[in-house]
Amino acid sequence: MEKILEVNDLHVTFTTYGGTVKAVRGVNFHLNKGETLAIVGESGCGKSVTSNAIMRLIPDPPGKISNGSIIFNGKDLTKLTEKEMRQIRGVDISMIFQDPMTALNPTLTIGSQLIEGLRQHHKISSENAKKKALEMMDLVGIPNPEVRLKQYPHQFSGGMRQRIVIAIALICEPELLIADEPTTALDVTIQAQILELFEKIQERTGVSIILITHDLGVVAKIADRIAVMYAGKIIEVGTKREIFYEPEHPYTQGLLKSVPRLDLKGEKLTPIDGTPPDLFSPPTGCPFTARCPFAMEVCDKVYPFHSELSDTHHVECWLQDERAKQLLATSATK
Amino acid sequence: MARYILKRLLMMIITIWIIVTLTFVLMKAVPGSPFNEERTTNETVQANLEAHYNLDEPYIVQYLLYLKSIVTFDFGPSIKQPTETVNDLLGRGFPISFELGIVTIIVAVISGIILGILAALRHNGIIDYVAMSFAVLGISIPNFVLATLLIQKLAVDWGLFPPATWSSPAHMVLPVIALATGPMAIIARLTRSTMLEVLTQDYIKMARAKGLSPWKIVFKHALKNALMPVVTIMGTLLAGILTGTFVIEKIFAIPGMGRYFVESINQRDYPVIMGTTVFYSAFLIFMLFLVDIAYGILDPRIKIHKKGGGE
Ligand SMILES: Nc1ncnc2c1ncn2[C@@H]1O[C@H](COP(=O)(O)OP(=O)(O)O)[C@@H](O)[C@H]1O
Ligand code: SF4
Ligand SMILES: [Mg+2]
Repeated sequence: MEKILEVNDLHVTFTTYGGTVKAVRGVNFHLNKGETLAIVGESGCGKSVTSNAIMRLIPDPPGKISNGSIIFNGKDLTKLTEKEMRQIRGVDISMIFQDPMTALNPTLTIGSQLIEGLRQHHKISSENAKKKALEMMDLVGIPNPEVRLKQYPHQFSGGMRQRIVIAIALICEPELLIADEPTTALDVTIQAQILELFEKIQERTGVSIILITHDLGVVAKIADRIAVMYAGKIIEVGTKREIFYEPEHPYTQGLLKSVPRLDLKGEKLTPIDGTPPDLFSPPTGCPFTARCPFAMEVCDKVYPFHSELSDTHHVECWLQDERAKQLLATSATK
Repeated sequence: MARYILKRLLMMIITIWIIVTLTFVLMKAVPGSPFNEERTTNETVQANLEAHYNLDEPYIVQYLLYLKSIVTFDFGPSIKQPTETVNDLLGRGFPISFELGIVTIIVAVISGIILGILAALRHNGIIDYVAMSFAVLGISIPNFVLATLLIQKLAVDWGLFPPATWSSPAHMVLPVIALATGPMAIIARLTRSTMLEVLTQDYIKMARAKGLSPWKIVFKHALKNALMPVVTIMGTLLAGILTGTFVIEKIFAIPGMGRYFVESINQRDYPVIMGTTVFYSAFLIFMLFLVDIAYGILDPRIKIHKKGGGE
């Protein structure tokens, strides 16, 4: 399968008065053409920072991509100038933000906000641009588009606004769409509709999607692969099957236990105790140590190595060490 | 829209009526009359004069006569300069005051906004510090102090501009600077702070994610939103500039309306007091109305024209 995006050893830091926040600490993942990769993790673990880094939208200062590479279609985005990056934003890579209530400019019509990206990047007559805008409104399911184009954001509901945001993101037919918690601000029925819309759009356009969420429930429906993020690192990645049915990392297991599931009706939901570590001075060992029911002495001291359980299923946890496995096996037989 | 404007017009008329009534009451409450000041007129002459100007009538009749003069916009002759009508004075003074006021507003708004944007875009940089120190100075120095300083330095010491009167563009420079600096500083500070806030909004991030140029982001997406608070305080600024013109006209010996206004009060020249008061208040109220219209155009969420669609 062809890779459209490859993120290698990405580090992002923020310099603040209180010290340096190490928000992303060596993230590795890739995205294949046409697939949907979900990045899941508790709030504050660095998901948005990762996606902003790909778009090169980290506010600098205080933020900085301090190390690593982001290879998109063979080009390292971290090496591009701001001007070169502008040719990619909105054209090759688009982004959808969490809150549709604030993502649209209240003083501009929907039509002008839809078309401006198109007109920025392509020589296109205003007539054709309008035609394209109507097409997009239709694609994302907004009835009566002719009238709607002339209206302002406050005349739309949250769900409708998110559809418009999606239309704006897709109007230049990008190859990669990054959706940062696109349904978090919406109520449940609207969430489902928006997720269906993503599926439909991917089917029609073949766009590759990175879906960021803190909610594994959202992911179950549309992700092909899932990366689990914790304290600025990706601690487990695998296909949807692997993550849902054979989770190896105790954090992933904990996350799954805290999601309501239809197939396990009787089971109690148990949130993970404790809070993620302080990213000003993250631990040198496994960052999950303080909350992990399996924590061993080594966990706190040394960061676990990277194990590849299959081509697609990778995990970073000391439980993958042979000696830990033996120990667990013997204690289980006792 | 028509309904709204009609309603506003009615409100304006009521406001002017209240102002006129208060002015009348104050005028009568202040002791003195146009005829009993320095000149010692004899009793009969004074009575005759008062009769001539209807000043012997009961207050209620005088009040109604004033209202009539306002409705017809004919204030009759000035008592102190009987060869001229109040309308003559207004017609001569207004264009000059208007010129001073409008040039001041334009200068204050444009330079204030530019300064505010530059400071916001170079947040915590040199330009920001210089612009904001300048703004603090501008806000804290009263315009009459600034006027005196400008005359002393730029006109008397360095001879760059004429020190007074109103006859060429060069004559405008000092009074406009003196009058515009305060409002400009207020606008600059406000533009800067709202601009900084607007630049952190999600829709600005979204505009960047579209790959728009920084220029487009600032002028198309940020500025309109950042200017809304500026438009909101425009009413207060306009009132300030208007009253400022009295002082500045006096200092620079500019033959505008302000002089007649101030003199008429000192001399109890009732028709001129009424005429200038009505004129100033009508003008200010009309400007405030324009500000509201501008606000409605800037912010589509404020509906003054038609009922919005909704879902
Ligand atoms: N502009 C910033 N300045 C300082 N710290 C930041 C900034 N943006 C993000 N961070 C920090 O980076 C960490 C990750 O944030 P984020 O990626 O937004 O989390 P999430 O996974 O919820 O999207 C957080 O600890 C946050 O405090
Ligand atoms: S490395 Fe240790 S602390 Fe971290 S998840 Fe694995 S067992 Fe738990
Ligand atoms: Mg986030």
